[in-house]
Amino acid sequence: MTTRDTAGGIAAASAGRPAFLSAAALRLRDLALLPALAVLVVVGTFVSPAFLTQANIYTILTSSAALALVVLAESLIIITGKFDLSLESIAGFAPAIGAMLVIPAATNGFGTELPTYVGILAILAIGGLVGLVNGFLVVHLKLNAFIVTLAMLIILRGMLVGATNGRTLFDMPDAFYALMIVTVLGLPLAVWLAALAFAVAGVMLRYHRLGRALYAIGGNAEAARAAGIRVERVVWGVYVIAGMLAAVGGLAITGYVGAVSANQGNGMIFTVFAAAVIGGISLEGGRGTMFGALTGVLLLGLVQNLLTLAQVPSFWIQAIYGAIILGALMVARVTSGRAQT
Amino acid sequence: MSFTAQAAAPPIVEAIGVSKRYGPTIALHEAQLRVVAGESHALVGRNGAGKSTLVGILTGLRAPDTGMVRFAGEPAPPIADREGWRQRVACVYQHSTIIPDLTVAENLFINRQPEKRGFISWPTLKREARALLDRWNVAVSEDMRAGDLRIEARQLVEIARALSYGARFIILDEPTAQLDGEEIKRLFVRIRELQAAGVTFLFISHHLQEVYEICQTVTVLRDARHIVTAPVADLPKDRLIEAMTGEQVHFGFADAAGRSPVRDAPVALEVKGISGEDFEDVSFTVRKGETIGISGATSSGRVGVAEAVAGLARFGKGEIRIEGRRLPSGNVPAALALGVGCVPKSRHDQGLVLPLSVADNGTMTKAGRMGPLGFIAPRRRAETTNRMIRELGVVTQGPEQPVSGLSGGNQQKVVMGRALATDPSVLVLLDPTAGVDVKSKEALLAVVERMRREGKAILVVSGEIEDLRTCDRVLVMRHGRVVAEKKAGWSDNELVAAIEGI
Repeated sequence: MTTRDTAGGIAAASAGRPAFLSAAALRLRDLALLPALAVLVVVGTFVSPAFLTQANIYTILTSSAALALVVLAESLIIITGKFDLSLESIAGFAPAIGAMLVIPAATNGFGTELPTYVGILAILAIGGLVGLVNGFLVVHLKLNAFIVTLAMLIILRGMLVGATNGRTLFDMPDAFYALMIVTVLGLPLAVWLAALAFAVAGVMLRYHRLGRALYAIGGNAEAARAAGIRVERVVWGVYVIAGMLAAVGGLAITGYVGAVSANQGNGMIFTVFAAAVIGGISLEGGRGTMFGALTGVLLLGLVQNLLTLAQVPSFWIQAIYGAIILGALMVARVTSGRAQT
Repeated sequence: MSFTAQAAAPPIVEAIGVSKRYGPTIALHEAQLRVVAGESHALVGRNGAGKSTLVGILTGLRAPDTGMVRFAGEPAPPIADREGWRQRVACVYQHSTIIPDLTVAENLFINRQPEKRGFISWPTLKREARALLDRWNVAVSEDMRAGDLRIEARQLVEIARALSYGARFIILDEPTAQLDGEEIKRLFVRIRELQAAGVTFLFISHHLQEVYEICQTVTVLRDARHIVTAPVADLPKDRLIEAMTGEQVHFGFADAAGRSPVRDAPVALEVKGISGEDFEDVSFTVRKGETIGISGATSSGRVGVAEAVAGLARFGKGEIRIEGRRLPSGNVPAALALGVGCVPKSRHDQGLVLPLSVADNGTMTKAGRMGPLGFIAPRRRAETTNRMIRELGVVTQGPEQPVSGLSGGNQQKVVMGRALATDPSVLVLLDPTAGVDVKSKEALLAVVERMRREGKAILVVSGEIEDLRTCDRVLVMRHGRVVAEKKAGWSDNELVAAIEGI
């Protein structure tokens, strides 16, 4: 440009501003839930002296680990602008089939009695496979993601009940419970695994081209395509990764409960979506961060814990839990100042 | 036309000293507007001059902080009284406000469908719709799905709907932006007819030529302020541009007429007999340091050809070679790898991911080359983006600002930056200056010229005369075929005649 107006001059000046300032402004949005978390902690200390003890905090983290993994999976898919309702039934179906490949027919297994490691790998493979099928239906047949995965949710749920005849599976090898019984620095493996998964996802989403591609696709798939992003392949890949993460989440539930029941994961998807949206993941795609999603998970974990500590009658817990989710959504809306679309 | 008769009556709409701030930004400062009944009044200004804010205030979507709006001498109704506003003013936006899956008839009477005993009476609805369309001479079937209307017909339906509320003052926000020559002509004929029937228009356009063609009076806004209101006859084009930019500059759009064409440079882009969905047997070559234009009506197939070269669309027969290497059909990553950069047709549909930042959008095409193993090194990303901001003169708060917050001209510069990020040898530009103000247009075309001098082969595919001036040759397409070729130095009329096929 030969001439530059004043506005151009300002732009040149601000372009030279240190990057951390603008980055800090962006991060502020991720912190939207911290006031709500702080309020809950204060309330918690009043409700029970046991609340702020190390043991209780470990309990909260342990009980949130499985949810965290599935929320991570769902967040990746939502950021890409899609849905996957079937994650909750993957979390039940995959560990159950993995277990049945290993345990003897006498305890409701298939009778194949395959080595334990095969069973564990099968769990991951099944998660990935379901994601592959979902991805195929959504990406290549261009079916509606919401309905496709709703159907998949029902199918897998039915297959789980069918395969187990509705019975609960016990007596699996220790490896199936390892995520919960092996502890490092006092915390079970599942917590470390969830933390690691969030850290990796957070870094990838911010600093890797594949991560940025998820935002681009969710924000405007056509523009992403025009920029040379292989939209179909990336979306498909996200479905596969999410399926595998949900399967690992299911294994964490199995470890936590100590068994696989025919309705493992049942109804979990509502909590998953609640955590993601409270955490600032936009259901329209293209917006949200891993840190936000994690605060969403922790908030729900805190609430669950508080309701137990406060000795709320068990028949009322659900109603109150739902009301608190609603309240948290409103708080997040106010503090972030953005419409939750 | 004479206005002496109307001049005595109060103006149909008048904004007096209206101001509006958004946080620290002054969107409008003590602006005024006075539109006399029966005229077509142009409102012009660069992107960000305050036009949209003023339109928002005139249509009652926003309340001014200070100042007031009067309709025919009466104070405007309160903001909450939507019905009152609708009876006085309506705006036909660039983005449609009709509901595509409902019929034209239902769109006309949306939320006020005629009822019989509490239920919608469909026969009455259809009858009234037909009567309304006939009254304003809109030749559209009331049974049609509104989404199937051509843009031109859609605008007329929206105007008819506004008139049916009683409004006789209609704001047209860039009505010609998505129309081609013939359609614009037809629209102008209808505007003149409606004007004769007593409708007053406020016409917003970036195309100053249209202002002279259709309007009697023009108001210029600049930097949120009212600059001048005058009869168009008293404000020749250079003074109008001067009022818009506040500088006495000559707008030197790059013009290829004066330079001698390159003859011996190597061929960078070779298109041999390609056919696709809406084009057939198209061939041409572009040498390094050469700018070639393709023009034609919207449906002439020019877009298809450009998208084929950029890898955005598939082509059947024939082949495309980039510096001798064959380009696979419909594969953007391959096109990028071979050295093709592209500014796609619409920045909102294909050019930008609006919620993402300037940095994200600007580096999207080369995200794989910003660090080891696909990781994007923050420093390199910032450097690349800042360089783009500097070289293209993007007005932004910084690399992390979402592009949704930029003005149209600056968004288009980011799209250009995205195309240039990979340092392509072939640059495909579709409507590179669509919907940007005159100054951004100059800046963008200057970039095109700079790239040509650097030795890139450039393909400009556009319907805009200024875009095509930068070209050494312009190929004109009609019905999917190249029908004419004009060397630089053509006259406007000559080119338009070739495009329209007259």
